[in-house]
Formats: sequence, structure tokens, C-alpha cells
Amino acid sequence: MKKLIAAALLAAGIGAVSQAHAHRAWMLPSATVLAGDTAWVTMDGAVSNSLFYFEHHPLNLDQLEIIGPRGEPVEALNRATGKYRSVFDAELTNDGTYTFEIRRSGLAGMYKLNDKPVRWRGSVDEVKDIPEDAEGLRLFEMDNLMQVFVTKGAPTYETFEAQGVGLEMVPVTHPNDLFAGETSEFRFFVDGKPAADLDVVLIRDGIRYRDQVDEMQLKTDAQGSIFVEWEQPGMYWLETELEQPGKRLDNAKRRMSYSATLEVLPL
Amino acid sequence: MRLTGKTTLLALLLGSACAGAAELELEVEIPALNVAEYHHPYVAIWVEDTKGQHQQNLSLWYDHDMRDDEGQKWLKDLRLWWRRSGRQLEFPVDGFSAATRPVGTHKLEFSSNSPVIKDLPGGDYRLVVEAAREVGGRELLRLPFQWPPQERQEIVKQGSNELGRIQLVVKP
Repeated sequence: MKKLIAAALLAAGIGAVSQAHAHRAWMLPSATVLAGDTAWVTMDGAVSNSLFYFEHHPLNLDQLEIIGPRGEPVEALNRATGKYRSVFDAELTNDGTYTFEIRRSGLAGMYKLNDKPVRWRGSVDEVKDIPEDAEGLRLFEMDNLMQVFVTKGAPTYETFEAQGVGLEMVPVTHPNDLFAGETSEFRFFVDGKPAADLDVVLIRDGIRYRDQVDEMQLKTDAQGSIFVEWEQPGMYWLETELEQPGKRLDNAKRRMSYSATLEVLPL
Repeated sequence: MRLTGKTTLLALLLGSACAGAAELELEVEIPALNVAEYHHPYVAIWVEDTKGQHQQNLSLWYDHDMRDDEGQKWLKDLRLWWRRSGRQLEFPVDGFSAATRPVGTHKLEFSSNSPVIKDLPGGDYRLVVEAAREVGGRELLRLPFQWPPQERQEIVKQGSNELGRIQLVVKP
């Protein structure tokens, strides 16, 4: 059955997208809990199949933003892009929690022109520039958010606020206060409203050293919350996706995703 | 320093026990380890209640005098202490922090004359000793005691890696 669907998608010319979908985009921090007057964190970013291994593409850092504990912008330093991963550093001078995030919103599309598949990206205004003889045009609205939290000194909550666009996560348990054997609550929102019945996946690092991925699958309750019982310490990748009818365009689909890298320490 | 009352610990640490005052006597053994690269461990000693709630810091041994306060960087490796207390403190802290200590048995005495201990409500507590070593491991031991002491209590725990013999004597 899966093969049939894949064949149908390929025939429709969107195989490239379903393939890209299998890959996971992520950031991996050198540490999430830091001490000292000033501290540095270095971050890897990549797109890959297996977490957290560099084996496919470096992460595009164009949309990267670092938000300090008081909402202040922090500069990403020493940026570099390699074959399989991107890297940058940040100096943490204030105490509190820093959010590293990449928000991507926009339109993506695909069509055939003279029998050749074309992938398109742009804004609502640019849709009119798509050639009139484009065949099989399919448009998608995208709202993707990726976050990593890092704390120097005592954790702070002040910058955890949903902006009201796409899928967002507002931690109830502080994301830098996660310990094996404890339960943590995270709340999800879609366009600022609690996202009920959302499927959330959590995958622990070190996949290469075990036979099964052992992903945790959770569903948000009516308030949009999941309660995660951490059995083992480690670096976890959290992801959730949602597809809805288009908001900005008629006859388009809207694809939203949220992902985060969370570190769970042993007690 | 943000936490009120902590400065009184200095008096607590330095003060000798007056007649009639209860006392905590603690012996902490830092074991000799046969390793290629050895650094003195960071050690935090504190009092928690039976639910694990942090009550009072007694001692913190770390590289407190390194240039640019580099030694603070590793305080988070005292994982439980960092979570319960350390991350809320402003460094340098007065009163209970000191240099790391070498291999051997170290004696500490805490008199109840200090308002800090005197204000500790009567009940069951645990003295916690947590050690973390650069390029080494981490170990944590808990020694239960009652406060104020009705009779002499002697609690001994034996560490297996980063800590040796820990002895707590609580005297009325």
C-alpha cells in the first residue's frame, strides 16, 4: 500500500517533496545547562535521516535567531557551513534562558513545465509570476519552527510565548530542567490556540548504537499538553506536524511543523 | 549575594560550639584514585528535607580563585546541587565556598549557634555530599539525621568512586 502511494506521488511529480520529508532537520547544542560569568555554546545544524548524525545536508542558518533571557537579540558567531553540517557559536553573557530558533514561513509549490518538474518557493504576491502553462500546479503554505533552549545560571520563563503563527510549543516544565525519572509537560499551540490531538514524536540520540529507533509517540490533550515520562537521560529530538487547508491561498494545503532538541539529564 | 542569611554561615563555619549547643560533626574522605590525570573534586555539602527540598548549604569546594572565574564553569557538574541551589546563587558566594581539597579525610564542624541551623524546623533531614571530578565521575551520598538531636546520632556511608568514607555525628 505504501509503495502504491509512493508511486502515485512520484507520478504526480511530488516525489521530491515526500523524500525530503523523510529527512529531519535539527540543531544540536554543545550544552544546555551552563555555569559561570560568561559561557559559550557551540551549535551544529544538519538535515539527516538519523539523529543526530551528519550524513546528508548542512542546515540553512539564514533564518536563525537567538533570543536572550530578556528578549534581547544575540549574535551567532563563527558561522560555517560544511558538506554535512553547519556550525555557529554564541556567547551567553546574561544569566537565564536563551532560545535558538529558525522560523520559516512561506509558500512552496511544484509544477511541470515542458514536462520537466519545477520546484518553486515564494510569497503570496509572487504566485502570479508562475508561468501560465505550468501543469499540475500544487501549492503549499509552510510554517515551520525549530527551537533549542540553553540556560546559563537559573532558568527563566519570560521569553516563552506563542507568537500565534503556526505550530508552537510553550514549555510548562522548563526545557532546561528535564531529568530522567521525572515527568515534563509541554503545551502546543496552533495559530495561538491550544492544539489538541496533535501527534508528537520524541526520539533519543544514539540510534546508531541500538537496533530500534524506540521513538516515543504522544498525543496532546484538550489543553494541547503532552506529559513526557523520561525513562533515560540523553539528547532528544521532538517533532510534530500538522496539515490543514490553506489559510492564505485557496486550494492550497498548509503544512506546519515544530521541532526541538531537548536534553534530559540523569538525577 | 542574593540569599539572605547565608552570610551567617561564616559565623557558623568559624564558630566553635558553645556548651549546650547541638553540633554536626562531619568527616569527608576524598579517596586516592589511581588515574592518569587527577584533579581534586568539586564537592557540595548541603541539608535537604526528606522530600529532597534544599534547606541549607554547608560547604562548597571548587576552584574559586582561577583567573576570570574559570572555575565556576564546572559547578554545573555538581548536577543535583546545581539544580537545587547553585544555579540560583550569584558567584562568588561568601560564607560556605572554599578551595578544593586534596586526598584525605576532612573534618567539618557546624554548631547550632548559628541562626541558620537554629531556625531549621525540627524534623528529619538528610545531609547530602555530592562530588564531581574533572575528567572523572560524580557521586552523591545522603546521610539521614534528626534535628534537633535528642541523642547522639552517628551515620556512616561509604562511597565507591569519587567519595570515600563519610561520617556524620550529630550531638545534642
